[in-house]
Amino acid sequence: MASLDIEHIGKRFGQVEVLKDIHIGIGHGDFLVLVGPSGCGKSTLLNIIAGLDTASSGAIRIDGKVVNDLEPKERDIAMVFQSYALYPSMTVAENIGFSLEMAGMPKEERKKKIAAVADLLKIGHLLDRRPSQLSGGQRQRVAMGRALVREPKIFLFDEPLSNLDAKLRVEMRTEIKKLHARLGATIVYVTHDQIEAMTMATRIAVMKDGILQQFGTPADIYDRPANTFVATFMGSPAMNLLDAEIVTHGGRPALRLDGVDGDAAILPIPATAGAVTLQPGQKVALGLRPEWITEPGTSRSREVHSLPFTVDVLEPTGPDIFLALRLGAVEVMGRLPADAQVQAGETRILDIDYTKAVLFDRQSGQALYARPQPAQAAA
Amino acid sequence: MSVAAETVILRRSGSGVNLARFAVYALLIVAAAVFLAPLVSMVFTSLKSMDEIRAGNLLSPPGAVTLEAWATAWNSACISVSCAGLKGYFLNSIRMVVPAVLLSVGLGALNGYVLTKWRFRGDNLLFGAMMFGCFIPFQIVLIPMAFTLGKIGLAGTTAGLVLVHVVYGVCFTTLFFRNFYVAVPDELVKAARMDGAGFWQIFTRVLLPISWPIIVVSVIWQFTGIWNDFLFGASFAGGESQPITVALNNLVNTSTGVKLYNVDMAAAMITAAPTILIYLFLGRFFLRGLMAGAVKG
Repeated sequence: MASLDIEHIGKRFGQVEVLKDIHIGIGHGDFLVLVGPSGCGKSTLLNIIAGLDTASSGAIRIDGKVVNDLEPKERDIAMVFQSYALYPSMTVAENIGFSLEMAGMPKEERKKKIAAVADLLKIGHLLDRRPSQLSGGQRQRVAMGRALVREPKIFLFDEPLSNLDAKLRVEMRTEIKKLHARLGATIVYVTHDQIEAMTMATRIAVMKDGILQQFGTPADIYDRPANTFVATFMGSPAMNLLDAEIVTHGGRPALRLDGVDGDAAILPIPATAGAVTLQPGQKVALGLRPEWITEPGTSRSREVHSLPFTVDVLEPTGPDIFLALRLGAVEVMGRLPADAQVQAGETRILDIDYTKAVLFDRQSGQALYARPQPAQAAA
Repeated sequence: MSVAAETVILRRSGSGVNLARFAVYALLIVAAAVFLAPLVSMVFTSLKSMDEIRAGNLLSPPGAVTLEAWATAWNSACISVSCAGLKGYFLNSIRMVVPAVLLSVGLGALNGYVLTKWRFRGDNLLFGAMMFGCFIPFQIVLIPMAFTLGKIGLAGTTAGLVLVHVVYGVCFTTLFFRNFYVAVPDELVKAARMDGAGFWQIFTRVLLPISWPIIVVSVIWQFTGIWNDFLFGASFAGGESQPITVALNNLVNTSTGVKLYNVDMAAAMITAAPTILIYLFLGRFFLRGLMAGAVKG
């Protein structure tokens, strides 16, 4: 268990800047997920934390101590790799015990530790096998065992579940979460899968093009995205962004949705953006999550607005129906419970839950919040 | 379609398959016979007496098998002025080939490891330069090599020959190991670094144990090449340290009186034996090693 501070980390390869001033801090027992599309620099950042790569600028602190110049083994960190990276020539037991052997631990003591970890991960019966004789899920467990046996200060996971099939992935996700709860360990976890990020993290750092887009709790990230990238990257289906313009309506500022005719186009300014200084004529985007669109009368929200939607396509997923909707000429994705009474082709009134609706400046892509974002880097 | 009709069709296609298979086997047998004929002729001739050689034809089996020619070739055949057979030269070759193979394969493995897992600025350029060595004909370097060996005091010695073969062999073994290790995931090395292993521990504990297919390929390649080499042996080895290939040439070309074909053949067989044996023992690993990179296990 340890705290980890990533302080103004930058990394360049020649002219290419792959990480720009990344500043994140997490405390004891935090589960930090670095998430972003491929090429966003998240794995590079993880390698820098591990000591497998060096930063061009900035510092990494573990428990307050700068570790920039320490070798990976001196940082007291363990890492689980995407390909598991099990040593093919060694048995499971030798794989798990390799780090202890390198540290010069006597054989008897090693055996005890290996047995304890194998027990924890339920792989005791596999100890004499070689990696080639294991299934994907078993390899995954061995890779975790190799990290666990060292009892490191921090665990690093580099997309550990991406090679598993969908069912196993969900199982292992739960298992890693349980393990985290049980060990209370500090974890940094890299993934491109926003669902993994949402389900596992206590803190999420969303990255794009080497720039930290937002750092916060999963609820922060989901409900109060900092910009349009975070809004559309996190959540599936993605948040709807409806282009709009600030107008004056009845003496007060309001939104007029582009591509929608008549009264339906006029909406109030969302409460989240209440006191922000908005200029009439300003181009904005209204962010609505698909699940904020509901059947009339079913929402418990304090503020709903009813709008006429045309239903283009229904996509039943089992528990939910995804709806490809049109509001005037604007395409909107909706998400209703499976028992919702909707039919393709019909035009009908649906409610939008307006309490969480987010306003974005269309030019900068930044969200416009009345209340400032919760302090980001000062966790 | 009725069952009867189906059976007829099956049988007809079956006989077609048999005919094709017969043709394939016939062709293979003929090819094998053509390739084996010289070897068979050598073995037969080496087991005959000179009288029988003069009387019979080249491919007829020996009437009375005798190992006399083999013993002569090994113990007492005259090579230039000394008549002590091949045995001394055989040992020379062993003394040359064992260290040369070990060193060139070991260095190649190390080069491949560094070039793929400890990348540095200009590594590809260096690799390209080393590959250049694969394409340099032996003859071009004879004079500079002789000059160098003389300067460092290794002219005419087995150690000098070992050095020449190691220098020449490293290009090939580096190529083999580099291409093998490039397919080994880098994460394996990263994981070992995280586990606290150093440069040599990663090499000996993690990479070498999975390298046996390419080790076998390199050993066979180097052993065959070095053992069979004639040019370097003839150019750089003094009379006492000559390898067996040079001695065989001298034995066959030593012309005093009658030409002893059976002794010549036995000597050639003795000279060729180690490479044949190593291929027999390691051959299946050789094929497997060549395939290893191509098919993901």
